Amino acid sequence: MTEALKELGELVSLKRGDCVLGWDVSFGELNVDVAPSNIAGFVEFLKSDINCRFSTLVDITAVDYPERAQRFDVVYHFLSMHQNQRIRLRVSVREDDMVPSIVDIHPSANWFEREVFDMFGIIFSGHPDLRRILTDYGFRGHPLRKDFPTTGYTEVRYDEVEKRIVYEPVSLTQEYRQFDFMSPWEGANYILPGDEKGDTKA
Amino acid sequence: MMDGSKGFEDAKTGEQQIRKFNLNFGPQHPAAHGVLRLVLELDGEIVERCDPHIGLLHRGTEKLMESRTYLQNLPYFDRLDYVAPMNQEHAWCLAIEKLTGVEVPRRASLIRVLYSEIGRVLNHLLNVTTQAMDVGALTPPLWGFAEREKLMDFYERACGARLHSNYFRPGGVHQDLPEALINDIETWAQEFPEKLDDIDGLLTENRIFKQRNVDIGVVDEQTVYDFGFSGVMARSVGLAWDLRRAQPYECYDEFDFQIPVGKNGDCYDRYLMRMEEMRQSTSIILQAIEKLRAPEGQGDVLARGKLTPPKRGEMKTSMEALIHHFKLYTEGFHVPAGEVYAAVEAPKGEFGVYLVADGTNKPYRSKIRAPGYLHLQASDFLMKGHQLADCAAIIGTMDVVFGEIDR
Repeated sequence: MTEALKELGELVSLKRGDCVLGWDVSFGELNVDVAPSNIAGFVEFLKSDINCRFSTLVDITAVDYPERAQRFDVVYHFLSMHQNQRIRLRVSVREDDMVPSIVDIHPSANWFEREVFDMFGIIFSGHPDLRRILTDYGFRGHPLRKDFPTTGYTEVRYDEVEKRIVYEPVSLTQEYRQFDFMSPWEGANYILPGDEKGDTKA
Repeated sequence: MMDGSKGFEDAKTGEQQIRKFNLNFGPQHPAAHGVLRLVLELDGEIVERCDPHIGLLHRGTEKLMESRTYLQNLPYFDRLDYVAPMNQEHAWCLAIEKLTGVEVPRRASLIRVLYSEIGRVLNHLLNVTTQAMDVGALTPPLWGFAEREKLMDFYERACGARLHSNYFRPGGVHQDLPEALINDIETWAQEFPEKLDDIDGLLTENRIFKQRNVDIGVVDEQTVYDFGFSGVMARSVGLAWDLRRAQPYECYDEFDFQIPVGKNGDCYDRYLMRMEEMRQSTSIILQAIEKLRAPEGQGDVLARGKLTPPKRGEMKTSMEALIHHFKLYTEGFHVPAGEVYAAVEAPKGEFGVYLVADGTNKPYRSKIRAPGYLHLQASDFLMKGHQLADCAAIIGTMDVVFGEIDR
């Protein structure tokens, strides 16, 4: 399986060297890094090339790395039912970059791109209907970004006086509990009582 | 006034000529199978456009998972597709096992197959019978739910919970099955085909059922590729694509089963295929039981190591085992950095988990790929040109559950 994937990786990097920035096979899966501007053309190639025929779009998602300049990785998964193979494409983009939409090539990308827009705020250029999909009507912010708090900013309740649903800022009756169970000698980032004594000595 | 001086248009009011009817289907509609809101644009009774509004059951599972350990995240998977919970857990366990390179013991692997197939029967029973209810039959869900109840009992006897099982664990399954439970599952599996024949007798040749399902929601091969269908939806056009066969995981490659495919790609075909898949699953269940009883099928159900807790008895005498247990359930295990995609053939289609690990005890990012998400996406395409009443049949046959679509 890995051999076939390596062959495939060599093939796509040879045929579309302008798009492929790098590729590797890890954990038995083929990863290909693609330049953002070329993604649509490359996906088209993967779909139509006789040796690839990645005709099914499995998933589009993104990963947020706030410390990087190119903050987001947009990740595409494709499946070829004909060759029985999978491929993963990674596109690194800045926060204000736009990614070309692939809805014209794979209609199923429609909701996936809407979801990525909703969750990360990445804009897909050429998407026919880039609305929010999973969050509330009128929601603000992009929840899956690492700087978005898990508790969110607003909460809703039914107001007995006004006889309607009202939105309010989140007020927690108890502080949001986030335990850090990492071992102190394996990269925990909390201060144990007594740590300050060690600092003064050193 | 009605003397014809205004031409024939006079009989129609202006309203009738221009206005399309906009209808809100759901979110509180029994045929919406959960909280689906469809904004339908109707011309008379014909659906012209369908805009599904989803997300009413969005709980932010993926966000929550980022701040919990791998083991704490497992129960979230029961709450995705709550109709067949263990199949979802399976994908999560496979993803972790792929990253850590843990081998699952044979007995655990067989138990996983056994319970995945029970999950498939659970799902198809619910889907087939409630879809029948959507098109007007009331008895099948009653009979189907009686069978589901028995299967839920098996869930309960294995793990203590009827729905949110939390039974599959990275490295195996939580506990071994008692002999009596295996016997009872076998008895059930021998009797179940008769019950299926009963449901079959109610529906398959039923005139109303056929009128409501034949040639409704027709899918062709190109649609399957375009909209990324999987599972029964993809197989209904004749593509024999089943991950259990095409990309075998667990020990599915040693089981003997057929993959039913459809011919016309309509709702009726999908009904027939689900019925047949239940029969095939029953046969897999019986095969798994046989393998569980064989000498090779004995042994431990957890790959003892960092990922799994030590044996209870060991903890009474060994200090290291006690520490291991404590650290496992507080800090959790660490997963090496990397990214994997693990998919299983869930009853609804390809259920996948894309896991990005950064070497700590929590996933950096996990994306849940639900089959229903793609199926529902195609609803505009499938419903266009159908009557309003057919929408219920099509939603039923797409097999949508909002736990997994909205996440």
